[in-house]
Amino acid sequence: MEISPLIVTLKTAVTATVITFFLGIFLAYAVVKMKKFKGIADAVITLPLILPPTVVGFFLLLLFGKKSFIGKIFLQFDVTFVFTWKAAVISAVIVSLPLMYRTTRGAFEQIDVNIIQAARTLGVSEGKIFWRIILPNARYGILAGIILSFARALGEFGATMMFAGNIPGVTQTLSTAIYSAVQANDYDTAFQWTGVMMIFSLTFILATNFLPNMRRSSF
Amino acid sequence: MDLSVSIRKKLRDFFLDVSFQTSNEIFALLGASGSGKSMTLKIIAGIETPDEGKIILNGRVLFDSEKKLNLPPQSRRLGYLFQNYALFPNMTVAENILFAAVGNRNEKLCSLDENLKRFQLRGLENSYPHELSGGQQQRVALARILTSHAEFLLLDEPFSALDSYLKWNLELELAEIFKSYNGAAILVSHDRDEVFRLADKIAVLNQGKIDAINGKHELFDNPQTVSAAILTGCKNISSAKKIADDKIFAEDWQVTLSVNKKIPDDLKFIGIHSHALEVSRTGENIFPAELVQEIEDTRSIILTVKLVADGKNLIRLEVGKNFWRNAKRDDLCIKIPPEKIIFLNG
Repeated sequence: MEISPLIVTLKTAVTATVITFFLGIFLAYAVVKMKKFKGIADAVITLPLILPPTVVGFFLLLLFGKKSFIGKIFLQFDVTFVFTWKAAVISAVIVSLPLMYRTTRGAFEQIDVNIIQAARTLGVSEGKIFWRIILPNARYGILAGIILSFARALGEFGATMMFAGNIPGVTQTLSTAIYSAVQANDYDTAFQWTGVMMIFSLTFILATNFLPNMRRSSF
Repeated sequence: MDLSVSIRKKLRDFFLDVSFQTSNEIFALLGASGSGKSMTLKIIAGIETPDEGKIILNGRVLFDSEKKLNLPPQSRRLGYLFQNYALFPNMTVAENILFAAVGNRNEKLCSLDENLKRFQLRGLENSYPHELSGGQQQRVALARILTSHAEFLLLDEPFSALDSYLKWNLELELAEIFKSYNGAAILVSHDRDEVFRLADKIAVLNQGKIDAINGKHELFDNPQTVSAAILTGCKNISSAKKIADDKIFAEDWQVTLSVNKKIPDDLKFIGIHSHALEVSRTGENIFPAELVQEIEDTRSIILTVKLVADGKNLIRLEVGKNFWRNAKRDDLCIKIPPEKIIFLNG
């Protein structure tokens, strides 16, 4: 049995989640601290969550294509994106970033502003406040963000299809493999990968429910 | 310890305009909620920025709008005690206290040990803030401030979240700490009794402006303004005007009062404490009154009456329980002792 879609999916999702993790926390912190243009910044980062993934893929194609400004710069260094594994990672990052950013920002904003101000009056530097107070107190929100982003990256289809294509062994992920299998009337393969996806998804939803502040008390 | 503050800031409901100087004393800002007292404290600490003004601590300029100087809270070295204590929830008691400690490792541990002992926190080193009572949390917050070597203490409603028994103990503790700080601190509170017990000098804040700055005895005996009178516990206030050298007409109560001290010509209001009024038929300023309500308080009876001459505005007086048990309730007469009348302006 050909397991390359599973390998490509995991490799892409893990790489994308690592990037999303740092980028999401950075953006969340930056937006929380912003005084002007907060709403605009928030809208731009959240946009991929609302847009149809094919539209996101189309934008990425335009942005990173060989004729684009960015594409031309990278071409100087013999780096191309379209229909490569890099494109699969970029697609996954863009679509999962809003989830990481939103949950992290929510967790930051829930921290009692008094404890941050208290740290300031005690003479604690902004850097130390971020690493020792803000991050630890937002840990459950951040963890939830990681799980949600990873799940989203795993299941990414539309943008990947547009931007990275569906090349077996290179950019073909579980989602696109299921699509190809159904197209080719190969229902056995489709069922097999669908089963794998179901197990992943259920595990993640259960995991978020075990996070302390995601748990809701019953009535 | 010298702190000089002169700040102005436009707030949503009013304009904050506060100036005062304090040195080696406990300076209290007394005001109702929403009077701008907490905002003033936050501005001094550097948490909020005023529109203009100057803040100088021991010759060190913390803020000066003209010179565009605004030290961040980190460099101001002011110990700020938050109303909810603001302990770091992810750290133990010891970690909280050590977090902002200065000096080398040995000095830090020394300072931790000293403060654990001083605040009776031994044995709680490894507890988290949510496991502590309100009183313990406050002691940790104070210990944390002391190990950070703050030069000056700012206390924002330090006892508002505590029950009265705990409050009493912490007040005594706080008085001790004040001594070790050369007694220099700013206390913000709406509780007149607390302020009276702890502070040396009191500024009454009303709608963002300081009505009066006084020594505490001066303020409580002679509050000068209506808002100061209300904050110091005066329950009966009437608009009034001078009608003779020794006579006042109290407009709200529709009575003429004899007074035995010099009456200012521009007198606008008078006040009288509820405990200064008497149920009596002998002496000056006796007026028939009608009993509206009596409420038994822990130590006294609080009577609400209307003067017959007026019949509208209520007057509140406090009498002893034993006295009231034996008093004659019909044909009630109220005495407004001339020497107890407080003159107020605006």
